[in-house]
Amino acid sequence: MCLAIPARVVELLPALRAVVDLAGVRKEVSIDLVDDAQVGDYVIIHVGYAIGKIDPEEAQRTLALFAELAQSEAQP
Amino acid sequence: MKYIDEFREGDGARHIAANIAAEVRRDVAYNFMEFCGGHTHAISRYGIADMLPANVRMIHGPGCPVCVLPIGRVDLAISLALQRGVMLCTYGDTMRVPASNGLSLIKAKARGADIRMVYSAADALKLAEQNPDREVVFFAIGFETTTPPTALVIRDAAARAVKNFSVLCCHVLTPSAITHILESAEVRQLGTVPIDGFIGPAHVSIIIGSQPYEHFAEEYRKPVVITGFEPLDVMQGILMLVRQVNTGQAVVENEFSRVVTRDGNLTAQNLVSQVFELRESFEWRGLGEVPYSALKIRSTFAAWDAERKFDLHYASVPDHKQCECGAILRGVKRPADCKLFGTVCTPESPMGSCMVSNEGACAAHYSYGRFRDIAVVAA
Amino acid sequence: MTMTTAKKNYLRPIDFKHGHIDMTHGAGGRAAAQLVDELFARAFDNEYLRQGHDGALLPFPVGGRLVMATDGHVISPLFFPGGDIGCLSVHGTVNDVAMSGARPLYLAASFILEEGFALADLKRIVESMAAAARDAGVPIVTGDTKVVEKGKGDGVFISTTGVGVAPDGLCIDGRQARAGDVILVSGTMGDHGVAVMSQRESLEFETTIESDTAALHTLVQSMLQALPDPTALHVLRDPTRGGLATTLNEIATQSKVGMAIEEAAIPVLPQVEAACELLGLDPLYVANEGKLIAICTPEMADTLLAAMRAHPLGRGAQRIGTVTQDAHYFVQMNTKFGGRRVVDWLSGEQLPRIC
Repeated sequence: MCLAIPARVVELLPALRAVVDLAGVRKEVSIDLVDDAQVGDYVIIHVGYAIGKIDPEEAQRTLALFAELAQSEAQP
Repeated sequence: MKYIDEFREGDGARHIAANIAAEVRRDVAYNFMEFCGGHTHAISRYGIADMLPANVRMIHGPGCPVCVLPIGRVDLAISLALQRGVMLCTYGDTMRVPASNGLSLIKAKARGADIRMVYSAADALKLAEQNPDREVVFFAIGFETTTPPTALVIRDAAARAVKNFSVLCCHVLTPSAITHILESAEVRQLGTVPIDGFIGPAHVSIIIGSQPYEHFAEEYRKPVVITGFEPLDVMQGILMLVRQVNTGQAVVENEFSRVVTRDGNLTAQNLVSQVFELRESFEWRGLGEVPYSALKIRSTFAAWDAERKFDLHYASVPDHKQCECGAILRGVKRPADCKLFGTVCTPESPMGSCMVSNEGACAAHYSYGRFRDIAVVAA
Repeated sequence: MTMTTAKKNYLRPIDFKHGHIDMTHGAGGRAAAQLVDELFARAFDNEYLRQGHDGALLPFPVGGRLVMATDGHVISPLFFPGGDIGCLSVHGTVNDVAMSGARPLYLAASFILEEGFALADLKRIVESMAAAARDAGVPIVTGDTKVVEKGKGDGVFISTTGVGVAPDGLCIDGRQARAGDVILVSGTMGDHGVAVMSQRESLEFETTIESDTAALHTLVQSMLQALPDPTALHVLRDPTRGGLATTLNEIATQSKVGMAIEEAAIPVLPQVEAACELLGLDPLYVANEGKLIAICTPEMADTLLAAMRAHPLGRGAQRIGTVTQDAHYFVQMNTKFGGRRVVDWLSGEQLPRIC
């Protein structure tokens, strides 16, 4: 429900902060809530805080799911 | 933009739409509630309703923290600024919510109240540290997604002994709201609002995980699919709900698995429970008093609790008589059913909060969808 | 007793490095005159300003019609990537005049200064204005300065008025769009608004986006010259406050038409899109200060597009839609996603949001 955007961590800063990049726009955010974030990770940013991390394999799996063919009704 | 663009791709959407059309049973009505305002906004903005078969109906739920903020709470914030001379910091979303006496935060600002819009809770604390001679209050609204940042800020204020800073806490909880709806007369007994499943919140679930929804699935036999906010996510989530209904299942599925896990963000959850505790009851606009649905600041942090500091007492204020926000938030009525919609109540002059917030059902319908109410002739 | 050997008629020059505006600068006395002389007149210098009179006596071309436009500038912050309030105030009014197809001739500038405003900043702004006016070939021929007490102004407010001449026979205004016309934009949308927002405290994001502030009158002239019949150009407007969406709605209402635009055709820089995503804004509603919308007959669309792209300020020009017949004056958009939605007027102010 909340406005939160995936952005790439490009630099780690002291005091649990980081710089993230979204298509060339950079912003300093807090990683207090995702303290294991590393450079190269994609985190979800909400009101200046990273709240979660994207799992790239799951993302791929989800995209593949989108492309699946319709299941027939008879299938369990 | 990675992890955004691929989930907005038009061909993919049409493909999933075709799947939905192929899999729905002609004789069945599918009614799904999307709890979150973010989903309401996405559905309107991308015209997803147009891509669904006629027997799949989306019901807008009350998951918009601005929409469910009762007038009385905004009144408290305004009185702090206008009468107590406090520097009131708030997110942009609440600025235009209509409160008592024809006021809103933005109108109070015009009257001289020191109201500052902030993008982040941390900015409010910064303002307090920069202005040690002023009392600074942060008007904290939002569901579970927005609560951890507030918890962090209170923890930091305590650690740095910032005495002139406090928080007016209006954080609310998702699962309690869903229970309340499921327990409501319209859903449980009267059947006037049939709900066959829920599109579960995306970002709230990042924090709380998918586990809390298992209760709804079991107890109320309603499928829940936690769904991302991008349009392809929403369509896939709807498809997954259709499948559960078709097979008589009622479990929690996680479409937004790229970020949401069963346990959620434990760091965030622990932090929140350190700083906040449950209120026994809290009034939600449109839903009335809802038990154990909101948070208050623990007494260990009493010095940063604006309600205690300023001895605030909440007074309930009823909505405008003809404002149907309440019914719309419960999914009982649609925006076009409200007599005030589009005439007295517009985004310029909102009468109720469903029109103020970008995600409110009324604002979404007004901005993106009202042209469907009228036949349009193309050149 | 002899007179002191103090220099006669010596006036200590204004300290532009460390000085500040005080109430005497607006009082009309010596201090005020000195400020005009050492700053404004020196920077804007031209033969008309040198007349030194209350009003400027100006030659006016024979034939054609007078076009006049005025704009107040209250932007904060005063300095932003790509520009400042000074050049913005020149470009804004030059553009307003140019949107009637007129050739801008002269500008007037009025300053409301706040007591305590740093002279170094004022000098920077005035010199930026002077440069913008010189580059545009439109002199600032008269002006005024007032000072208000500290707390009653935001540093500086600038009001500019411009006059120009529009040839007879041209009829370019918001009421001229007709069903079937083509809608063009001269370049990317949302740059200015994002550049300004990036400087606002509490939003602070880093971006290389610069304001697109520019004088568009030469672009307009080359567009008109490219048309065998200039009456094929029906509407020109610059999408400033409220952005492309609001401006299209204004024109639709004035012309009593509808519009159908293609989201995929609207040029937006990736960084502008990203910044808008971060803040929860829609680039269609974000201000532009160096772009224009042109609406013309379908037969002339390709010619006009080519003329725009041949000009430095129109390289990114795109065709974005058509004008339709619609009793409700809706601006409808086919989304990149494949659906259709209405693009409404801007409601209130676009504020960054949490949800």
